[in-house]
Amino acid sequence: MPQKKISIRIDGELISALEGQTILQAAKANGKYIPTLCDLDGLTSVGACRICLVEVSGSERLFPACTTPIQEGMSVTTNSPKLTRYRRISVELLLIERNHVCAVCVSNGHCELQTMASALGIGTVGLAYNFPKLSIDMSHPRFVLDHNRCILCTRCVRVCAELEGAHMWELTSRGIHARIVSEMNEQWGKATSCTSCGKCVHACPTGALAEKGWAVEEMVKKIDAVTSLVHRRGAQV
Amino acid sequence: MKRITIEPVSRIEGHAKITIQLDDLGHVANTEFSVTQVRGFEKFTEGHPFYEMPGITARICGICPISHLLASAKACDAIMAVRIPPVARKLRELVHFAQIVQSHALSFFYLSAPDFLLGMDSDPASRNVLGVIAGHPELAREGIELRKFGLLIVEGLAQERVHPSWIVPGGVATPLSNATRDRILSELPAAKGIAERTLQFFKGALDQYKEEIEFFGSFPTMYAGMVDAKGNLQLYDGGLRFRSATGDVVEDYVPAEEYSNYIGEASLRESYLKAPFFKPIGYPGGVYRVGPLGRLNAASQCGTPKADAEFREFHQRFGTVAHSAFLYHYARLIEIVHALEKIETLLDDTRILETHTRATAGVNALEGVGMIEAPRGTLIHHYKVSEEGAITWANLIVATGHNNLAIGRSVQQVSEHFIDGTKLTEGMLNRVSAVVRAYDPCLSCSTHASGLLAMQIRLLDANGGVLDELMTD
Ligand code: SF4
Ligand code: FES
Repeated sequence: MPQKKISIRIDGELISALEGQTILQAAKANGKYIPTLCDLDGLTSVGACRICLVEVSGSERLFPACTTPIQEGMSVTTNSPKLTRYRRISVELLLIERNHVCAVCVSNGHCELQTMASALGIGTVGLAYNFPKLSIDMSHPRFVLDHNRCILCTRCVRVCAELEGAHMWELTSRGIHARIVSEMNEQWGKATSCTSCGKCVHACPTGALAEKGWAVEEMVKKIDAVTSLVHRRGAQV
Repeated sequence: MKRITIEPVSRIEGHAKITIQLDDLGHVANTEFSVTQVRGFEKFTEGHPFYEMPGITARICGICPISHLLASAKACDAIMAVRIPPVARKLRELVHFAQIVQSHALSFFYLSAPDFLLGMDSDPASRNVLGVIAGHPELAREGIELRKFGLLIVEGLAQERVHPSWIVPGGVATPLSNATRDRILSELPAAKGIAERTLQFFKGALDQYKEEIEFFGSFPTMYAGMVDAKGNLQLYDGGLRFRSATGDVVEDYVPAEEYSNYIGEASLRESYLKAPFFKPIGYPGGVYRVGPLGRLNAASQCGTPKADAEFREFHQRFGTVAHSAFLYHYARLIEIVHALEKIETLLDDTRILETHTRATAGVNALEGVGMIEAPRGTLIHHYKVSEEGAITWANLIVATGHNNLAIGRSVQQVSEHFIDGTKLTEGMLNRVSAVVRAYDPCLSCSTHASGLLAMQIRLLDANGGVLDELMTD
């Protein structure tokens, strides 16, 4: 059954989109850019990072574009000083929460968090750093998970569940104590459901998940390989 | 009782503090040299993947990143238990010699030349690299050129001047291009010319520094430096040789992984920097010195023709074992000549262009030691890892550490000889900082930016009240 078409405005421009699409999907389909971090094309959206916030006229509050469905007649603003301020705060909060030391990171220069921070003009962070003591799981023979660099976007969780079908990753605890865990909190290397496909590694926007053995700056993620696979195969939601 | 405190104002990685204790007559009673450094490094790296160590250590000790990258990568090679491809070794040597040239040039022309050329007692306002440029433009220009040459190689190879991620466990990330090789070779003759002219100039001026040679850290100690099996000076790889104050080789060709049988580490009350000593003799008798002077005293020869001629002349002038810290400058210039000869030999061999530059492997040994001769002396990285490759323990011995005790003694000697507390002058205290500069300790890192060792010098009375204050910046 063909989906119903509805009209919305994005930054003043009238566009037509399919009912059921999110603001982000409608924007993308019409060549409009909205910054995102936790969203990964083709996987379910969770609204974890709050970078994609947009303004919707008639409402005071801001909406995450990746999880908000469009409605007939909606008028969306994707860029404003207010939005930049909120996006900046969201990224700064991510930066202070854990230990993101770009200079010594395998993903330095290829990191979505770093790119986003510089795109938003974040030079120095005004908030106090948290400096938590976090572990690094090196038990997998080929991959490593460094919690210091994780932003809890859950892309790994979703790509593993929805694309690989293994559902090896999970999110545990809440708030500041939230962690990515492998197979009911088993060490990654001991997880029997892990197929070692590496999709989580390449879906991860930072250096949190990486292949073993790369030196600083050497871990380049093949994000396109993951998204094109999602499109060819279709995610199992 | 009066106290004089010399303390650098600007600090990045660490800083030194010199305290001079005067007696009631204004004579030097006692001195203390202490270094504060970023500590907790060993703790910080626990749990991290071993192969991230080169990058981490290069950032933490930002003074000579290439030295740490090399020592750390060598420790990682040992953990992987790989023999790196021959060209990788050559390229690592090439970048190392380049760094020796640029680091020594920085020390000589930028940090110490103001003292030699303008005088220890000259006006501190112009006793700096700008003063050298004004007074001796030709020499200053050459110094800048020589440094540039070293940086040209580092940049050409590592793409980034300061913290290259090019040196990696198992080798190096990318091969040398033909164009870079030709470019370096085309600029090499000019660099060699500068090195030789500077050395001639320095030798010609030696007579003016008789007093400095006699009282600048001139006392018998042991020396240590890396050599090959024939006793040739080695900077990238080799075994450690210890030579006694009287010239006997007391221990030869100690491999990296056995360092702890010969080097003990004492913790000093007044300093955060550990003080290594030669274990068979013990502390504090086993004080030894490393760095350019340590190496030229330890080695039997350099192994390259021009440097060997200079090596022989050096030892003819000052004996088999040359004891004055002032001669670090002389040794540094000889090492520049040597490094340039080595660079030429490496580049003349077309195998330097081979493209298989990296070996890969997982954890094949649970422990690894990497040792190199950094510009300032022997640098050791020692790691232990879990079977998964997470660091469980790390130990670093840095060049300035080995020299710690000797620098302290040198400060004492210079203070006793030159300082008169009843009529304190800036020039007296400048000599104290000049002897520290002779060792080119990494605590002068802060000065690498400004080209000067910034100091706050304070004269305190017995109750800690400030009697006098001098600033150099
Ligand atoms: S490990 Fe990477 S992909 Fe997974 S939640 Fe953390 S940042 Fe996101
Ligand atoms: S991309 Fe929408 S909340 Fe992260």
